[in-house]
Amino acid sequence: MFNFLPELKVRENPSSIMNFSVPVVAVFLTIVTGSLIFAMMGFDPIFALHTFFISPISNTYGISELLVKATPLALIAVGLSFCFKNNLYNIGAEGQLTMGAVIGGGIGIYFHDTQGFWVLPLMICGGAIGGALWGMIPAFLKIKFNTNEILTSLMLVYIALLILDYLVVGPWKDPNGFSFPKTRKFGDSGRMPLLFSGLRVHFGIIITLIGIFASWFIFSKTMLGYQLKVTGFSPVASRYAGFSQDKLVYIAFIIAGAFAGIAGLGEVSGPIGLLYRDISPNYGFTAIIVAFLGRLHPIGIIFASLIIALTYLGAEDAQLFMQIPAAVGFVFQGLVLFYLLGAELLVNYKIVLRKRV
Amino acid sequence: MNLDIVIGIIQIILIATTPLVFAGIGELVTEKTGVLNLGVEGMMLVGAVTAFVTLVITGSYFLAFLVSILSGALMSGLFAYLVLILMSNQVATGLALTIFGIGLSSMIGKQYIGTPIKGFNPYFFVVLSFVIVFLVHYFFYKTKLGLIFRAVGESHHSSHALGYSVIKIRLLGILFGGSMCGLAGSYMSICYAPMWQENMIAGRGWIALALVVFATWKPRRILVGAYIFGGVSILQMNLQAWGVNFPGQFFNMAPYLATMIVLVIISSNRLRIRLSAPASLTIPFFKGR
Repeated sequence: MFNFLPELKVRENPSSIMNFSVPVVAVFLTIVTGSLIFAMMGFDPIFALHTFFISPISNTYGISELLVKATPLALIAVGLSFCFKNNLYNIGAEGQLTMGAVIGGGIGIYFHDTQGFWVLPLMICGGAIGGALWGMIPAFLKIKFNTNEILTSLMLVYIALLILDYLVVGPWKDPNGFSFPKTRKFGDSGRMPLLFSGLRVHFGIIITLIGIFASWFIFSKTMLGYQLKVTGFSPVASRYAGFSQDKLVYIAFIIAGAFAGIAGLGEVSGPIGLLYRDISPNYGFTAIIVAFLGRLHPIGIIFASLIIALTYLGAEDAQLFMQIPAAVGFVFQGLVLFYLLGAELLVNYKIVLRKRV
Repeated sequence: MNLDIVIGIIQIILIATTPLVFAGIGELVTEKTGVLNLGVEGMMLVGAVTAFVTLVITGSYFLAFLVSILSGALMSGLFAYLVLILMSNQVATGLALTIFGIGLSSMIGKQYIGTPIKGFNPYFFVVLSFVIVFLVHYFFYKTKLGLIFRAVGESHHSSHALGYSVIKIRLLGILFGGSMCGLAGSYMSICYAPMWQENMIAGRGWIALALVVFATWKPRRILVGAYIFGGVSILQMNLQAWGVNFPGQFFNMAPYLATMIVLVIISSNRLRIRLSAPASLTIPFFKGR
């Protein structure tokens, strides 16, 4: 008889080899499963995998597009790692992203015919503040009323999306836009500078790299990072050491919210240039996958963001050349997270092989 | 306003609210056993597309609804394997299930966008949704097995110590939730729309999740909450038709805002949260600890 219920033993220390290899295994298994799915659909798996994973990044334009997609994903994921390391399940990054885009984008619309080097920095600050304020709501409710942050942060996503929807069909609608649900364009001073002419990769990637460096610095060199880590490992030890739990909750949510808000602003002031309904193809939710796949580690998150960004690009190419809906990218994203979460068992538990009598 | 309009509105509200009741009551049973499955939206989408494709191929409504229930259960079975056996994080696994479901349903349904079908009478399911809610209520509060289900959601270690299989009961709770979400999806694609379109569930899965909290994990309140949420959204559409100039987005926020308010009210008091939410919600069970 097959044994579907392996006997498990808790490891005394989480295995660091497993911790490193689990994401690699997850990506490998996803590619294997993906090629099986393609084969079942009647495609040559080699051709399909090439279309999906290789050809989108086989020229400079493709690599620039990869970086455009990875820019918001990595920034949001790094922000989320502050929450996740602290065992705070902030799943509302999509809402925080949206409110960052709303506040920062609102500044951009207000100054649409103003020239000045200060417009973009002001918008970025607006993005950070919008996201941070939206992120503070679940933190505040958790601290004051003991509410579950999973549910509140999720509800706030849909409230934020409806606020954006209201603004772009209502008060902020482009007066010359033929009643399309979009705002007027930001001025040139309100756009992220492009890094190379002809490519869409923009200044946002520098901000993301700064954010990643800052989070690495906070976690490994500051008292705050130490407090966050201790609280994540053992809330009891953290309380015993006298760290203010409320403060740590606020800080984690504010950083996560601000990073997501900046990412949202980066999208609207980068590739998009105005506000409309669909500013984000689920970046806020996908970044959760990136954070887990990157093991909540800054360097890991960089790699993870590139891999997940590739699923967006590959899906677009699959739609173009194989007539598969672009949503196939979501299948890959779901699969990689399934494998990752499943294999994570090996980090904390040992499988004990029993002799069957 | 004459009687016809009132009856018309009541009909629309009944028809629009029913999928929320199915998905909500399914998720409620799952959560009662201590498991939070955020994959509702994904399971509904897969249920919707599999039912639709089955109907187009076989022409049988019965088979279509059966397949949707099975595919919902299969999706939730995948979730169950991960969270119960491999003890993965429930929040992340549920999100993965939704993301996977969005992609999978789009791939399956690609050739069937725009295929015309003859819709099925929704009132059968309107009645069924009420019946299921009352059966679930009866199950939880009048039967021994229902009591065991609730006990597993409150304290899995005590239940285990009493000799009940926590994993098996949670598996049943998850599978029931998946089946109901699949059914809710098939209702959308065969009774409500009736057609298949990518992402046609359009956030109803998330509203169903809100509904369980709004109902403070009490089965009969699912009906109350669903009809409030459903009624508000229909009212919003009609207000615009009547020329009332109030932004509909604020009406559509109501379910989410109301859920947050309920959550604040029940969470701020220790006793009240104990009486409402299953105490073991989202906590994995491992025998060895």
